[in-house]
Amino acid sequence: MTLERFFRRRPPQQKENMANDDLPDLWSKCPKCNAQVYNKELEQNLRVCPKCGYHHRIPVKRRIEGLLDMGSFQVTSGKVKAKDPLEFVDTDTYVAKLERARKKTGRESAVYAGRGTLAGLPVVVCVMDFEFAGGSMGSSEGEEITRAIELASQEDRSMILVTASGGARMMEGALSLMQMAKTTFALEQLADKGLPYITILADPTTGGVAASFAAIGDIVIGEPDALIGFAGQRVIEQTVRQSLPDGFQRSEFYEKKGFIDMVVDRRQHRETLANLIAALRNQAKPEVTALEIKVPEPPRTGLFGRRK
Amino acid sequence: MPALEFEKPIADLETRIEELKAYGSSSNVDMTEELALLEKRLERLRSETYDKLTRWQRVQLARAPGRPTALDYIGKVFTDYQELHGDRAYGEDAAIVGGLARLDGQAVVIIGQQKGRDTKENIARNFGMAHPEGFRKAMRLMDLADKFGLPLITLVDTPGAYPGIAAEERGQAWLIAQSIQKMTRLRIPVISVVIGEGGSGGALAIAVGNRVLILENAVYSVISPESCAAIVWRDAKEAAKAAEALRLTAKDLAEFDIVDEIIPEPKGGAHNDPAGSSDELKKALLKHLAQMHGMDKPALLASRAERFRKLGVFEEIA
Ligand SMILES: [Zn+2]
Repeated sequence: MTLERFFRRRPPQQKENMANDDLPDLWSKCPKCNAQVYNKELEQNLRVCPKCGYHHRIPVKRRIEGLLDMGSFQVTSGKVKAKDPLEFVDTDTYVAKLERARKKTGRESAVYAGRGTLAGLPVVVCVMDFEFAGGSMGSSEGEEITRAIELASQEDRSMILVTASGGARMMEGALSLMQMAKTTFALEQLADKGLPYITILADPTTGGVAASFAAIGDIVIGEPDALIGFAGQRVIEQTVRQSLPDGFQRSEFYEKKGFIDMVVDRRQHRETLANLIAALRNQAKPEVTALEIKVPEPPRTGLFGRRK
Repeated sequence: MPALEFEKPIADLETRIEELKAYGSSSNVDMTEELALLEKRLERLRSETYDKLTRWQRVQLARAPGRPTALDYIGKVFTDYQELHGDRAYGEDAAIVGGLARLDGQAVVIIGQQKGRDTKENIARNFGMAHPEGFRKAMRLMDLADKFGLPLITLVDTPGAYPGIAAEERGQAWLIAQSIQKMTRLRIPVISVVIGEGGSGGALAIAVGNRVLILENAVYSVISPESCAAIVWRDAKEAAKAAEALRLTAKDLAEFDIVDEIIPEPKGGAHNDPAGSSDELKKALLKHLAQMHGMDKPALLASRAERFRKLGVFEEIA
């Protein structure tokens, strides 16, 4: 790992399209290396920049496609929806915020989970969706995660949990906080049955999510450059009244500090998980069909650069 | 003890009564009637103030200077307290205290978050905000209790886990998570009591009890009213509004089953009568320990898991 990579900060999310009005979005500009990347190529790389390795956020369904055996996934989440127990109102009502999150994602909570196989190994995969209210954890998220873990215990499956969350959801007050304990209790049942629990910490994993189920995987994997930590960076800056060093609270930082096992490129998650799970369950090394990365023939330059 | 802003009218009236008493005894003027009137008015003012405290006023009471701290309760409720230091790995965090003690003769392990009683002590104790080593110290005391089958009492009183660079470097998130996990595994009776401020994950880290109790004027929240206000209204001064929205009082929490019992405080709050509130705390601890007496290890584990499994408010989708 080069120092430059270690210390770089995530540039602001942006997307620039070079396409003409009558053409689909074919190209994206990488916010880190500025390369023009063919969108199809970006998708085939699970939204990792093929030039520099920058990890864009990835939709939850796409992530699961990139992890599990094709066609093996059966969704089990979507059984509960949030209420507004505090009748929380700030600049807007919580109910209105939830409605927007539902519209945006087509889901009832920030958790998407189900059963499937990974290189033939039975697993439950649970993914937090940052697009739904910043992946924040309220009662329904805590319940979905708990049920996913319980499902793994019941069906003798290994548990994979991918986190992307700003932490506990403020609008449900201490009820959100309690989800940290509730989910952890469920993990104890899993542990009693000797089933592996592996967490993948995606950008960002902070607050009450970092400080509960994310941190206590049997194996904890960080996605490259993901922001991880208990306190938010603004809060820390205000507390200590100094600016934070580059690379602070990133995956690579915590690997170096001894808190995560490894930083793994998203394109290697499938193979890494298969090997880890098989080893933990003392099963034969699985055949992992590698993720197909076919780089399509790029169109001739100039064709799409021209404007009408 | 300095009065809180909303307590000033009460303090003023008390001063006037004292002055009148002094005048009456130093002169020959009979003030009995006037005094009786004022005393009556004081009683009414007290009721008006303390019977309908706003949530923000509760927050102020929970943080009141002079409010009994963990060590104050340890001194009054327990005997033979032997403090134990260090996390056996990195250092000693004075924001969390703990050790062995006796409760009516029964040996117990205590863990408490300790705020300072003055500025100097507050600095030494980092205002009750633990670093990772504090949670590690708590965890080793939990192990001690578990190994010897002693009941564990935790006293929660923290604005939160410390949000600093060193704390993050040393894995604050991991230690909080591990402490919660440790508590899910304890095969002993565990009673957690929020005695002042229950600040977010730093509070929960030592509050995964078979019973979670709270003092009448204590608060327990996912985020401090100030931080909530800073996020929502970009202004920490809107904290009173945020306190209302967050529903963080003992009564609110009881409604959601987050706490099992509210321990009454003397009128005016625990800081007006530390001995009285210590008695109430002791009564509650003894009662709940008695209820768990004779439960075997699996039952203690299972009932704690069950308690937390039920927490949350959501709707089933048919
Ligand atoms: Zn790039």
